[in-house]
Amino acid sequence: MRWERYSPSERLLRFALLLFLIIAVVYSAKSVEIIPEFLLDAPEQVRDLLVRMWPISYGFYPQGVHEPLMDTIHIATMGTILSIALAVPVGVLSATNLVRSRLLNGFARLILVSTRSVNSLIWALLFVAIFGPGALAGTLAIAFRSIGFVGKLIGEALEEVDPRSIEALQAAGASWMSVLLKGYWPQLEPTFWSVALFRWDINIRESSVLGLVGAGGIGMALDTALNLFQWTRVSLILLSIFIIVVIAEIIVTQIRKRII
Amino acid sequence: MIGLENAERFLGRMFPPAILQPDSMAKGLLESLEIAILASFFGVLLSLPLGVLAARNLMPAWVSWPARATIALCRSFHPVIVAILFVKAVGFGAMAGILTLIVASMGFIGKLFAEAIEEISIKQVESVRATGAPFISVLTYGVFPQVFSRFVGFATYQIDSNLRNSTMVGIVGAGGIGSTLFAAFQRFDYNFVSAILIAIILMIMIGESLARWVRRILGVDVSKTDA
Repeated sequence: MRWERYSPSERLLRFALLLFLIIAVVYSAKSVEIIPEFLLDAPEQVRDLLVRMWPISYGFYPQGVHEPLMDTIHIATMGTILSIALAVPVGVLSATNLVRSRLLNGFARLILVSTRSVNSLIWALLFVAIFGPGALAGTLAIAFRSIGFVGKLIGEALEEVDPRSIEALQAAGASWMSVLLKGYWPQLEPTFWSVALFRWDINIRESSVLGLVGAGGIGMALDTALNLFQWTRVSLILLSIFIIVVIAEIIVTQIRKRII
Repeated sequence: MIGLENAERFLGRMFPPAILQPDSMAKGLLESLEIAILASFFGVLLSLPLGVLAARNLMPAWVSWPARATIALCRSFHPVIVAILFVKAVGFGAMAGILTLIVASMGFIGKLFAEAIEEISIKQVESVRATGAPFISVLTYGVFPQVFSRFVGFATYQIDSNLRNSTMVGIVGAGGIGSTLFAAFQRFDYNFVSAILIAIILMIMIGESLARWVRRILGVDVSKTDA
């Protein structure tokens, strides 16, 4: 008998998957609304955009860009700290080995999925409607959006904790709190810091656009410049966002290398 | 604490959710889905060669550095900013959204795929090379079998992520449910807003479980990429 890698049913399933994929792509390509006239002059538009963006108006930086840029960093940092505070309890609730209640696990998972599914811009819209425009709305949007990510990774790390040291502590009669602090925390610590750093890096990127819906930071300066067609300022703002993102990434990789 | 009062009023107006314009909501959701599908398809297709070009163990430095710079450029800007630029370049509508998410996919998959290739065992590659096989065969027999499952993992993750982002690019005019949502916001139809939000969350949850199912069929390890 010839050796076959997949059983007939597996092959059928794979074929069905491929077929489904092709149908989905073809259907989407056919029904999506694309206006060809807009596409034809795209190169011209791009050239126009680049011409208008040049020269970059560096002089605008001290009066109009520095402060919102710092705001952006503060929003990202505060948002990350707040999200960790909110996400750790949810992560603990979602870990099936720590909390042995299907109902609570499911509830925590629902929170994690729904906070992750709603984009940070949409969170920002909601919070701007509640608290009015400003950095507070941005911070909360960043914090809520990050709950899902941080909570999920922390919950998974908790589930992977080696049970032996936990059992040893429990056998010694340690209280619930001591088990958490001396049993779980040391094993969780590396994941915790790397998740926090990783999310901070992502949040720097995210907080740079929240201002487009009025939630503070550099995005507000970008929005103003875009609405007034001040393209030389737009290019300055884009450049400064780029630099901040690169710096954040360098900081995170350096810290990771040194500590974790 | 005016905020809390505001919040109370705001949440009060969000419930019960009401689908005020079923047509525009259905159209928006469908368009978001189409944007996500097309962007994922082309993004995955383009990131495959990009990832290979950026792998420093397969390519000379003068090839890998430009490829890595392209990836870094794709990654450094938030999709919304890219979307604004594309809206300027190709006009309002789904095309700008698709292009935006293609760029995002290339950045994400390209980077992780290049890193995955750099981690492979070079023995298989050398043994294929030693038979005098052309470069394409080295790739298909020496490299891809080692990284295929991780690539599928990244790709399915990116489909998830594209679906999520396709609901947002509409806020800056790049098509999809985001524009419906933003319009509802500006008209203060908060009960319609909450209905759209619930629909988005449902769509993304379905998408996530589909992606998980696909990974199971293809036998891909989910632990690394399912962030």
